[in-house]
Amino acid sequence: MGQTRLLLLGLLLLATFPWVVPNFYVTLGSSALVWAMFALSLQLLVGVTGLVSLGHGAFFGLAAYALYFVTPEGGRLSIFLTLPLAIAVAGVAALVIGALSLRTRGFFFLMVTLAFAQMVFFLFHDTDIGGGADGVFVGRPALELFGVAIPTDKHNRGLVGYYVNLALLAAMYLALAWLLRSLFGRVLSGIRINEHRMRALGYDTYRYKLLAFVIAGALAGVAGHQWVMNDGFVNPELVGWHRSAEALLMILIGGLGVLYGPILGAIAWTALGEISQLITDRQLLVQGLFILAVVLVLPQGLAGIRLWRRKAAESTA
Amino acid sequence: MSQAVLETRALTRSFGGLTAVAQVALTLVIGELHAVIGPNGAGKSTLINLLSGDLRPSSGQILIDGASVGGLPAHRLARLGIGRSYQKTNILKSLPALENVRLAAQARHGGGRRLFQTARGARDLVALAEAALARVGLASASDRPAGQLSHGEQRQLEIAMTLATEPRALLLDEPLAGMGPEETERMVTLLRQLAADHAVLLVEHDMDVVFAVADRLTVMVDGRVIASGPPEMIRSSAAVREAYLGEATA
Amino acid sequence: MLTQLLNGLQYGLLLFLISSGLTLIFGIMGIINLAHGSLFMIGAYTAFVCVRAFGELWYALPVALAAGVLLGAVLERTLFRFFYAREHLDQVLLTFALVLLFEEARSLLVGNDFYAVPVPAILDFSVPISADFSYSAYRIFVLLVCLALAGLLFLVIERTRFGAMVRAAAANQEMVQLMGLDVTKIQVAVFALGTGMAVLAGALAAPLYSVYPGMGDGFLIVSFVVVVIGGIGSVTGAFWGALLIGVVDTLGKVLLPGIAGMAIYLLMALVLLWRPNGLFARSS
Repeated sequence: MGQTRLLLLGLLLLATFPWVVPNFYVTLGSSALVWAMFALSLQLLVGVTGLVSLGHGAFFGLAAYALYFVTPEGGRLSIFLTLPLAIAVAGVAALVIGALSLRTRGFFFLMVTLAFAQMVFFLFHDTDIGGGADGVFVGRPALELFGVAIPTDKHNRGLVGYYVNLALLAAMYLALAWLLRSLFGRVLSGIRINEHRMRALGYDTYRYKLLAFVIAGALAGVAGHQWVMNDGFVNPELVGWHRSAEALLMILIGGLGVLYGPILGAIAWTALGEISQLITDRQLLVQGLFILAVVLVLPQGLAGIRLWRRKAAESTA
Repeated sequence: MSQAVLETRALTRSFGGLTAVAQVALTLVIGELHAVIGPNGAGKSTLINLLSGDLRPSSGQILIDGASVGGLPAHRLARLGIGRSYQKTNILKSLPALENVRLAAQARHGGGRRLFQTARGARDLVALAEAALARVGLASASDRPAGQLSHGEQRQLEIAMTLATEPRALLLDEPLAGMGPEETERMVTLLRQLAADHAVLLVEHDMDVVFAVADRLTVMVDGRVIASGPPEMIRSSAAVREAYLGEATA
Repeated sequence: MLTQLLNGLQYGLLLFLISSGLTLIFGIMGIINLAHGSLFMIGAYTAFVCVRAFGELWYALPVALAAGVLLGAVLERTLFRFFYAREHLDQVLLTFALVLLFEEARSLLVGNDFYAVPVPAILDFSVPISADFSYSAYRIFVLLVCLALAGLLFLVIERTRFGAMVRAAAANQEMVQLMGLDVTKIQVAVFALGTGMAVLAGALAAPLYSVYPGMGDGFLIVSFVVVVIGGIGSVTGAFWGALLIGVVDTLGKVLLPGIAGMAIYLLMALVLLWRPNGLFARSS
């Protein structure tokens, strides 16, 4: 079981990471973990079901903004309240947007999801409801239940946040891995490979795709919630299509055929950002060239160049 | 006389100005193999597409067990007992052959709360899939990726998938296409067996095979039925011979 | 109100220039080009640079068109032709990379500031249309130019041999190859044409919208909405779709300011509920 050992090693590395690096990198690591969750939620759509969506940021952003609306000014709420709320808001939004978008296929689907994300973007950018174009600060969710709390102050906040992110990422991964092994997951793979034949066999593929879309959206809500927990700030850019495109990139970097691909991709992309900033200010140039290189040279992503590619590929087949 | 599983009345389909299928009346009965023949462009592919739900009728009726179902999409018709195999092999190439058939069995049996059961745990589906593969003679190939099977084996897989959905009517679109003599013989035996407990519609070009297995033939030319009946009647029909089988001899 | 209607038509026609290229490029080559909005931005900045260098917008228009056509041909030959058979995901990321690179190039060459491009002197007046209504002469000029280009495009596609090949390729690329026609030439030509029109649209729009870094994004997504509504590969669809969107969006912003930005997406949702393949889709 080479893959399980690999994943446990990865988990160990991520868990010990904060102890071996300066404080600044812990926050950076947290940020990478949030990206990883977002990209992983998108992988359910892209790598598993074959649905390429540019609108996934909408669910990420709506969950984050939902926190803004419920958190009292200057105060904080328990994570046991905010997290379920974030998931619910993102899930409902995914149900509505998915029900309409999934009536289309391929290019149309891509464009429609993009357009819906833009709609949500304009909702926050052009109006005052969420603080407008500039964004707004939000009280971070607190780790407390019925008055019992893990106290966080400016010093350990980063560390605590990192481990919450890691725990949620691991939980999300396990949930999706289990989903893939289920009968439902097998249908999604079948839809990716040949949707027409699946329909001919008797599957109402629209319903399966919609359920996958809602689950993926809800999980994106988890990532959005964690963004607020890390950053304490929301703005309309969270919803934009650039963010979804970066998540797609992470999936491609890490490899479409493996569930943990997006996690690799998120780490690689974050690391690239850090390293390149040491060399030049021209971030867009570096990013653009990097994406070009990946698309032209590494169609299977990082997982594709590894020796155990065959075993890994079977995990999502 | 068993009741018709599938019946069409005045079935018509046009594309713009072109009428591909016109006023076709057809009946499929359990235990009977009904072959549809005709020259290229006769409308046979369009007919099968209409019956499987891949195309919607322009007018006319399609009835399953006497109830009208025209216009229903393919997945609904599949659930009502219509199974179809494709002329251009339409399988899930990157998955093992067994998984292809298992998914077909799941379409029939694995719904609702079962959805979140693990695939490996659903042994009944695996058993059904293995049985279907065995019936078409592919038991030894179950672990191989479907895309790596030979052409003839892929045609067999097509039929296994269709069988696993437990249809009552089988629409077989040129199952023998591209097969060698040995494979053809095996397929003919299989066809006879299938006809015993299904209502089979067969579209084929190989006339020797058609006349060997069919209980009933319908001849189509330019979208219309020009003759329908038992093989001897069709073989001796002057109209058919003229239109399709060749010049009428004196 | 009449002003807004005319503004809407003018916006719609500019959208048409952008969307027609987009719909043809996707319809014929299957390429999803997210960088199409950047082309619009390139056109606007080209106009700015030309006006700064030569003084009048008149020089900018042919320069922009030529630059656009050239850029399109070069991009097609060096990059896009390897991506015709690739997955949507790869194309999305490739063109996303181009968006970033174009942004950076613009930032390097011209900087990140907002610029205003002046309307050409001879068109800097208002044309009286009725007793109490007059409309900007430059906007009328843009309207006429876009209509002329639209007309030209229709003539080329419907009446010339080249257009017939384009239509055939949109319907069935394999058959065109079998007939011995050189599909490559069609691909380069369509790409260059589509790119050229988008860049030209940007140059025309420069005096109307002011020139700023993110200007391409808004037009990009709206032009995709036009393609979705009009149907893939259909220039007619792009035309009517663009006009519809242009008018709805402009009037929406005036009549219902709060939710105006969302109006066209609601429209798109309605169209998709009724016709998932667009209003003018070819049935295949």
